Parts: sequence; C-alpha cells; structure tokens
Amino acid sequence: MASVIVGFKLAGREVEVMASPLATLQQVLRTQLGHTSVKDGCRQGGCGSCTVLVDGEPMLSCLLPVQDIAGRSVTTLEALTPAEGLHPVQRAFLDANGFQCGYCTPGMEMLAVALLEHNPQPTREEIEDALGGNVCRCTGYEPIIEAITAATGSREAGR
Amino acid sequence: MTADLHVVGRSVERNDGIGFVTGRARYSTDLVFPGMLHLKMVRSPVHHARIRGVDLSAAERVPGFVRALTHQDVPHNVYTILGLIGVEPEEEFVLAVDRVRYVGEPIVAILAETEAAAYEAVARVHLDLEELPAVFDMDEALAPGAPIVTHWGSNAFSYDGDDHRKVRLGDVEAGLAAADHIVDGEYRSGPIEHAPTETTGCVAVPEPNGRFTVYTNTQALYFSLDNTSIILQLPGNRLRFIGGMVGGGFGGKVDVIVEPLATLGAMKTGRPVRYVYNRSEEMQVSSTRSPWIIRIRDGVMADGTIVARRVTSYADCGAYSRQTPYAITKHAANAAGPYAIPNVAIDAWCVFTNRTPTSAMRGFGVTMASFAVEVQMDRVAEVVGLDPWTIRFRNAIRNGDIKPHRKPAADVALVETMQAAAALVGHELPAELRAMTSAPRDQQDGGR
Repeated sequence: MASVIVGFKLAGREVEVMASPLATLQQVLRTQLGHTSVKDGCRQGGCGSCTVLVDGEPMLSCLLPVQDIAGRSVTTLEALTPAEGLHPVQRAFLDANGFQCGYCTPGMEMLAVALLEHNPQPTREEIEDALGGNVCRCTGYEPIIEAITAATGSREAGR
Repeated sequence: MTADLHVVGRSVERNDGIGFVTGRARYSTDLVFPGMLHLKMVRSPVHHARIRGVDLSAAERVPGFVRALTHQDVPHNVYTILGLIGVEPEEEFVLAVDRVRYVGEPIVAILAETEAAAYEAVARVHLDLEELPAVFDMDEALAPGAPIVTHWGSNAFSYDGDDHRKVRLGDVEAGLAAADHIVDGEYRSGPIEHAPTETTGCVAVPEPNGRFTVYTNTQALYFSLDNTSIILQLPGNRLRFIGGMVGGGFGGKVDVIVEPLATLGAMKTGRPVRYVYNRSEEMQVSSTRSPWIIRIRDGVMADGTIVARRVTSYADCGAYSRQTPYAITKHAANAAGPYAIPNVAIDAWCVFTNRTPTSAMRGFGVTMASFAVEVQMDRVAEVVGLDPWTIRFRNAIRNGDIKPHRKPAADVALVETMQAAAALVGHELPAELRAMTSAPRDQQDGGR
C-alpha cells in the first residue's frame, strides 16, 4: 500500500507525516513525531495507555488510522506539560503518588484532563467510571482516584 | 527525636516522579534508532511436536525481509537463567532445535525493515511438525505412561538425586498417630500472568567500538547481561546494558530472554534491532506464576496444639523449569507456615507439563504456601473449637524454636505482629494472648 501524506494539528502546530494509510496515530506519534508519552500497552484498545485528545475528546490512538484524523487537532501529554512547572493534573498525580512504574500514567492524566474539562467536580463514582478503560497493574487505582480528586480541588482553587 | 528525622514518617517526593507525570521517562520500548530492524518470532502453534523441517523460502521473498536467525546461529543455544543460579540440568533452548514443548516456543527469529514486514515473513515460514501427545495436568504428568516432556525421561525435576524436594523434622507418622484430631485440606491455584502494561522488550544497538548497547526493561539487568554474554559467547565488556525503567514487572521480567537474540541480530546485520513482545506474546509466552496443588494433613491435640504437619505440594513448571525449581526450594522452607510444630514432613514436586513455562512472581513458592497454610489454620481452629486468633497464637513460632529445616528461629515477631493487627482491626484479645511474647520458651512462657 502506497504511503499517504496526512496533515493535522499537534500541540497547536500544523504537522505533516508520510505514513501507510492504516498506520495508527499511536505509531506515528511514537515513532515519527517523538511523542513517546503516548504508550503502547496492547494495540487493541484494551489498556488505555495510548489515550490522547482529538479535538478535545479522549481517544485510543492505537485504534485510530492516522488518515482519519487529517485536519483535526491532537493533544498529547507533551503538549500539556508547561515549559516550567507542571499542569495541575500532573502536580496532583505527583503529590498523590498516582503512579508506580509510570507506564499507564500519561494515559490516566489525559483521561483526567478530559474528564475535568467536561465535569469539573466529578464524584468518586464518576471518576471510577471514567477510568474504566485505563489499566494500571501497580497501584490498585486508589492513589490515581485520589490524584484526580485533588486535581478537582486545585482547579477550583485556581479559578 | 523525630524532629531530627528528614525522611522517616514523612511523605517524600519520588525522584523519578517528574519523569512519570510528564511522560518524559524514557522506557526502552520507546526508543527509535535510524536503520532499526524489527525482530518477530516464529513460534510453535502446537503443544508438543517434533520439528521435521522449517522452510524459509517464502518468507525470504517478503519485501523488507532482512534475515532469519535459527538455532544454528546461536553460539551457545541454551537458556542459561537457571545455570546462573547453579541449578541444572540445562534443558531449554534459546531457539528450538528438533522439538517444541509448548504453544509459543520460539523456533526462528525474523529480522525485517518494518514490523509489518516482519509479521508478514513470520506468517510465511512453513513449519513441518509431527505432533506428539501432550500433558497439561500435574497428576497425569506424574502417572505411569504419561507423555514425557523432558529429555531425561521423567516429568519430575531432580533434587539431590531424588525426584522431589524433601524436608523432615521429628517423626511425622508418630505425631499424627498420637494426635486427637486429623485435619486434611487440599488447596489449588491456577497460573497467574503478571500482565505488565509495558510488554517485555529491548533494543540492541551496535556501537562503532565493537560493543553493543542494549536498552532493556529487564528487572534483573546483570542477570540479563550475564545471560547474553554466555549465550552469545561474548565477553561482558562488549555488552553495555541500560535499564532501570520497567513498565511493570512483578517478577515477570526477571528471566526475560529477548536481549540475546536482539543482540545476535545486531551482530549479524550491523544494525539496531528492536525485539518487543506484542500483547498476545506477553500473555501467552512470557512466564506465569506456577499453578499449585498443596495437600496438608495436620495432627492436632484437643487444646489446639499442632503436633504434626505433612505437606505434599506440586508446582507445574510448564515445559521448562526456569526458576520454578528454586521456587520449590523456597516453598519447602516455608510450607509448614510460621508455626512451631515438632513433627513435620514436606514433599514438594516440580512437575513438567506442556504448558507455558512458569517462573518468578512476587514471593513465588511462598505465596501459595501461605494461602494454603492460613486457610488450613482456620480449618484446624474450627475442628478443635477455638477461634482463629487463638489457634495461631497457641502455635506461633517463637525465637529459639526449631523450624522444619532444622534451623532455630531468630528475630521472629509473629506474636507481636498479631497483637498489633488485632489492635488495628479493633479485636479484643483475651488476656492470655495479650501477655504472650516471642521471647524464647525457656525464658518466658505465657503460652501453651
């Protein structure tokens, strides 16, 4: 299959990549664009470690053919991390030790950012619900839920 | 005093935390190098077979195919993990020679320009296999007439010339005969896959000075380096291993075997080689925790004193022993539990079947022993009519007691730990149990 050129917005900047039509957004971000915060746990939509935002919506980049996001806007954790300091969600994960091996963390944080955007004051049940597609094998989820709960507070305090 | 402490009692920020929350932490499976090749494995599709032939001709015609690695390319084609800890015989090959013993056993490694080309070539390798009878159940594997998995003619691992690991203290038959009650229990567990979120993998990079840099997510960096050095017959100073970032391990990345073949691929092609399991390989091929069968027979006096314990255990190591023989030895040292029992017999078998090889996972060998022993303690309590706390305090090991492997117990604190646990859960212990300590029995005895 001949490669195609696909243009989309990444972290607010226009990018163009040449890729085979069925190449996934996950592989293009990881291997061509250096956005390795996008993780690669299963390539079958089962673990959530590759979660990115496409036009603000959390999506599993391992299931997205890159040509399907032509012209759309993609946000990864690289884009959310400020040049200095941390995003409030990152700060909350750090303070609550919402990680152990760290591999699921970027996906968890992207999901948390999307959740708080839609629902700034989620209940515990709503947080658990939102995390349903993201697998963590280390922490037992409690510190992650704690981190997101704390991020809720810090967003409020920051307003 | 606590004012002088900077860490104890405080929550400390992890120094690798920033890397994790920003996604900048560099995992070996994130790395991309110019000219990097991808290694994918041709694996056995069946549980047990003789290999009559391997035909690579169709695979070699796949665009992007670079080369294949077979057992003939591996300088010392033995999985040396056990040898490194002094356990023999060596029975597992890095790449299969003439027989495969489990689904997923590696046969031929394919190196290609892209992952897609590597998968395509793997799919086009033709295997001529003569299927053999397979065995999946430990009791069946030890019964006469079972298909034999190993090359030495028995489905049991050999310990000191015996077909299982033995521990003996006192006279267990006499103890059982003198007991007021006999309590029997059987405990079984299935295999457990660690399922780390980052799959097992590495990238091997040839350097201009003739060395190889290997970026790996192994949990045991020097173990992996030694293993690679022996398998490739390459002096250790030509290997530089870089690790530290492990996307979930839990024991599953202790005895990984990706580095030798990735490095061999780099040697043969002069290019970086990435060998990373996909999710189905991680689940099907990487070692699991062993399944166990543990049978316990206790002789108990009317007052709850356990006077004899016989433990008969079987661990399924799958098709190859890996670290399960070592797990059995740990098991045998712990299988009677943290209790002072004068007459103990432990017999533990390491059993070969045609299942995925089993190996290290969090406390392996001991975890299932603890589960079995503690459920058994509850049963004993029920039979003699004592509560579960009392039965454990009454039999708890104290300093100076002789353990089943005939070493005296030192620095034990089971009694104190149970007292603290009771306080934490708000359980009021009777005065008799509150007064106990782990002090040697001849110095103080509030117990038995």
